[in-house]
Amino acid sequence: MTTPNKRVVVAMSGGVDSSVSAALLVEQGYEVIGMMMKLWAEDTFDSSCSTHNRCCTPEQLDDARRIADKLGIPFYVLDTKDVFRAYIVEYFLDMHRKALTPNPCIECNRHIRFTWLYENARALDADYLATGHYARITQSPDGAYQLRKGLDDAKDQSYVLSVLTQEHLAHTLFPIGNYPKPQVRDIAARFGLPTASKADSQDLCFLGDGDYRRFLREYAPEALTTGPIVLVDGTVVGEHTGLANYTVGQRKGLNVQSAIPLFVLDSDPTRNALIVGPREQLGSDDLTAHRVSWIDGSAPTEPIRAQVKIRYKAAPAEAWVTPLSADRVHIQFETPLRDITPGQGAVMYDGDRVLGAGIIERQTQRERATQSSLVGTASPA
Amino acid sequence: MPAPRTVYLDHSASTPCDPRVVEAMTPYFSEVYGNSSSSHGFGRKAEMAIEKAREHIAAVLRCHPNEIIFTSGGSESDNLAIRGAGWLMRAHGKGNHLITTPVEHSAVSVTVKQMSGLQGFQSTFLPVGKDASIDPEDLANHLTDQTSVVSVIYANNEVGTLAPLAQLAAQAHARGAVFHTDAVQAAGQLPLDVTQLGVDLMSLSAHKFYGPKGVGALYVRDGIDLTPAQSGGSHERGRRAGTHNTPFIVGMAKALQIAEEERDARTAHYRALRDQLIDGILTHVPDAYLTGHPTDRLPSHASFVFAHVDSSKLLMHLDMRGIAGSGGSACKTGNPEPSGVLLAMGYPPELAIGSLRLTVGLHTTPEEIAYTVEAVRHSVEKLRALAKLFSV
Repeated sequence: MTTPNKRVVVAMSGGVDSSVSAALLVEQGYEVIGMMMKLWAEDTFDSSCSTHNRCCTPEQLDDARRIADKLGIPFYVLDTKDVFRAYIVEYFLDMHRKALTPNPCIECNRHIRFTWLYENARALDADYLATGHYARITQSPDGAYQLRKGLDDAKDQSYVLSVLTQEHLAHTLFPIGNYPKPQVRDIAARFGLPTASKADSQDLCFLGDGDYRRFLREYAPEALTTGPIVLVDGTVVGEHTGLANYTVGQRKGLNVQSAIPLFVLDSDPTRNALIVGPREQLGSDDLTAHRVSWIDGSAPTEPIRAQVKIRYKAAPAEAWVTPLSADRVHIQFETPLRDITPGQGAVMYDGDRVLGAGIIERQTQRERATQSSLVGTASPA
Repeated sequence: MPAPRTVYLDHSASTPCDPRVVEAMTPYFSEVYGNSSSSHGFGRKAEMAIEKAREHIAAVLRCHPNEIIFTSGGSESDNLAIRGAGWLMRAHGKGNHLITTPVEHSAVSVTVKQMSGLQGFQSTFLPVGKDASIDPEDLANHLTDQTSVVSVIYANNEVGTLAPLAQLAAQAHARGAVFHTDAVQAAGQLPLDVTQLGVDLMSLSAHKFYGPKGVGALYVRDGIDLTPAQSGGSHERGRRAGTHNTPFIVGMAKALQIAEEERDARTAHYRALRDQLIDGILTHVPDAYLTGHPTDRLPSHASFVFAHVDSSKLLMHLDMRGIAGSGGSACKTGNPEPSGVLLAMGYPPELAIGSLRLTVGLHTTPEEIAYTVEAVRHSVEKLRALAKLFSV
């Protein structure tokens, strides 16, 4: 198959997935351009030798350049440090200041890969931006673009791509989305490309040492102010070391005296309080999400059935999704989930098709109190 | 998509090797392969070729052949000149003060910084004008009895400005300092008569004048001693150890000979294209500024800054149109820094980051220049629209 007159920019990392993506596109007859973004990373530890973002070390850069050379395509490195710092690192810090748990990869795809890099590719007259993600793009009979899970369910990355728009999808290619990982390695071998995977892309790539608590101490110490540990009724039972140090569902390390095991239920940044309670109070069968975007461009007009992932690696959970406004939804699960974490993405699926995504909101105290007294709340209309 | 045409406008980075030069070099790979230091016939043949090359180069520089040292290129010549003279003069009690400018090639500036940082030398970086000009008065004011070496670039590699070498050298000599110039960009385009230029040390690099890469020369005025920067055998009268690279030395001499013979015609060709390029860019690209001196500049050299443009992206866009240019600082790593030379000239960082150097050559055509002007205009427009989307 040849696709003449189409120019594609491939985001390359030096790893097997993006390399195979580039190779497949070359084979399919596209005019392919390799690009690598140089992302921000903190300077730490050794002042004579700055650390590198783990997505783009000098070694990965050399690897990507060699692969581009092997494929006979031009390769460019783009300085992305300022926008990455402004949109992703600051977002990460802001969310932690609000005692929320961000997913920077979603925001990176939203703001950096599929906005900044996408616009840079379009400015270079590229018809498409391609990445080595495990996801698929299809079209409905009426021509609308659809985002689907990668064929390899274990590798599926549609969760972090769920914020793409129709315009993006019309100009995006995921060349390996139709392949299981082992076959991607086979293709790499066929093209004589290196077959090693780079580190899990869910790492916080900009941390010098992977320790986000240390990073927060340096860049957002105010997110780590000590405060009270309280029960749902307000009773103070201890002191926490900073809300960002705790995650929903956590039991160990609370240092509170209690006859029954206590778990982290939530945080209340207005009081800088960590809310704990017994196992029975843990978990919830609903959530609200904001900053919701819909793949087909608009919210449904009535409640819909969906399977919702509340984390990248979470299993999809059956739910009713009720739009509250153009960019806000209420999600009612069939069974309670233990670890609904404010700040993470709630991604809605119909089978393997992504419907849309939002960011999980914090439940207010009032809602929690109400909820704990009710069983099986109905979704608000 | 039709294969993009290619337009090479980076002759200040390197030039293609002249076929006549390649032809002259060819016998010295597999036919005349002896070591020039050997006493047998094989060695003598090589030695004769090298000495002939030395004579040809000396003829262009109007100096004695013994005043030419062969090196691996411009960077080595700069290192040998500044280290060699600086070390030896200090050992002889002349002092340890080095003077240079903030607009030198890094082979000079980094060497001076290392000598002052690690080896106890003092260093002064002279002020420069907005056009990278050096005022001999400023040099006079900074010279002391401790000054041993003054190094000023002949034709600036980034912005093309020429230095008044004779006046600068006279000031240095008045205080007993030796005067070095990096003539790497100038060679092949400007007079190299060392007596007229007044220089004591002068660096050359063959690949800038249609010779091979990896070979250069250092002119060392008779009577000036150097401590070798690379020690070993007694090659080059004990000043530069290492087996002679016979074919490359022969090639450099041939290239310099041809360049000198054809200099007037070449520079007339360069000037016409350069002026077409400068006029075209300044006329058709909004918010574009010529950097360096408008007229007192290298004939082949045009350099600009563009407001609200990232140099590395501009180079990418031009590359996609087949045009080879250069930014202020060579950067393949995605870490663009504003050019230190432009900052020293007084440009703010946001302008210095948008630099573009286009240098014409023997095979450049007016039609290529017209194509390039349009490509720059179009690319700058696209990049400015893009920059507006992401102002952080």
